[in-house]
Amino acid sequence: MLRVDIEKQLGEFSLHAAFSSEGRAIGLFGASGAGKTSLVNMIAGLLRPDRGTIVIDGETVDDTAAGIHVPAWRRRIGYVFQDARLFPHLNVAQNLDYGRRMNRLPSDPVQQKRIIDLLDIGALLDRRPGKLSGGERQRVALGRALLSKPRLLLLDEPLGALDEGRKLEILPYLVRLRDEANVPMVYVSHDAAELRQLATQIVMLKQGRVTSFGGVKVLT
Amino acid sequence: MSEISPAEWTAILLSLRVAVIATLVATPFGIALAWLLARRDFWGKSLLDAVVHLPLVLPPVVTGYLLLLTFGRRGLVGGFLADHLGIVFAFRWTGAALACGVMSFPLLVRPMRLSIEAIDRRLEQAAETLGAAPWKVFFTVTLPLALPGVLAGMVLGFAKAIGEFGATITFVSNIPGETQTISSAIYSLIQTPDGDAAAGRLVIVSTVLALGALIAAEWFARRATARLHGN
Repeated sequence: MLRVDIEKQLGEFSLHAAFSSEGRAIGLFGASGAGKTSLVNMIAGLLRPDRGTIVIDGETVDDTAAGIHVPAWRRRIGYVFQDARLFPHLNVAQNLDYGRRMNRLPSDPVQQKRIIDLLDIGALLDRRPGKLSGGERQRVALGRALLSKPRLLLLDEPLGALDEGRKLEILPYLVRLRDEANVPMVYVSHDAAELRQLATQIVMLKQGRVTSFGGVKVLT
Repeated sequence: MSEISPAEWTAILLSLRVAVIATLVATPFGIALAWLLARRDFWGKSLLDAVVHLPLVLPPVVTGYLLLLTFGRRGLVGGFLADHLGIVFAFRWTGAALACGVMSFPLLVRPMRLSIEAIDRRLEQAAETLGAAPWKVFFTVTLPLALPGVLAGMVLGFAKAIGEFGATITFVSNIPGETQTISSAIYSLIQTPDGDAAAGRLVIVSTVLALGALIAAEWFARRATARLHGN
């Protein structure tokens, strides 16, 4: 499903990570500064590796030796950022529809309703992002990413900006998402408890290197 | 103070036409340049930035004279345009529009550039991950978010264009009905023995237009801020 073998120099920091996974929910675990976000940005195509390859779902999206670099907008990935990054000039419904419009996908009311119900955001559709709470914003961001019909969902600390109460509010949605949405995901976190609930496989990152890889038990 | 005379109306309407055309033609170039200066790094960027701001600091008579040398009937560009496309700038209202466009360009670009710089680039990245090609990112995220700044730039550019005097009179002279704008009309009137009342009326008109434009630009700037905060 996902194969990564990359090197990247970012100032003083060097990232050299390799792993391959067929997992439905890959947990990317590490302290802040371990290189998690850079790694996810590379999978997304927002950052270009100095050397190496990235293969998503059988398609080589990066291969520096062969000169391949598929731009982010053609990778068909969904990315949920820590700061939801909803478009402030669009309301919730328009935000949700953005990916479908950009990819010229036909309208799919069934899928749309399913995801809106799954995330409980039906009541928010007419609102502007400025009028949403942090938790609501993150749910809308999840829906927006899913509705672009990605083949891989990247979640970079989606609960990172939320307080404990809000985290507990979102977590069940993420579990449902993993079990029902049928999109494999890479979940980035520095919180082992969060990953134990969500991930099926763990990639542990320390100072730019993969130090262990395996089931959730590597977290202990 | 009596009513505005037909001759004064001619100058006012000509000024409006010149300023509207100058602003509309300059806007796409202004947006492109603002984006380039805000979002790209390239060789010669500071030089380009300086050239754009040149009309702001150069004596207007110099700008006007340079325009005459370049776009005059015997100028390098002017001669070519006249011979091949039939476009003549010298001593025509189109020349006045060109002079006003050049003179107001720095003021038009600045708010556009500032508003593009104020947009969180991470929003553009988010759009990209959702499948938007770079030009779609520009038209669906960057431009809509910068719109109040774009409008503010247009309003300021328009206000500057309507009051332009030095470069216009140097380039296209002061011909009533063709190139005599409000400013040149005021200039002529105050040199005429009985022109004070008419000059006064035009002074009031141009003050009202300038003030209105400043208030409008300020309003658009506030809208821009609100838009970026998603309210």
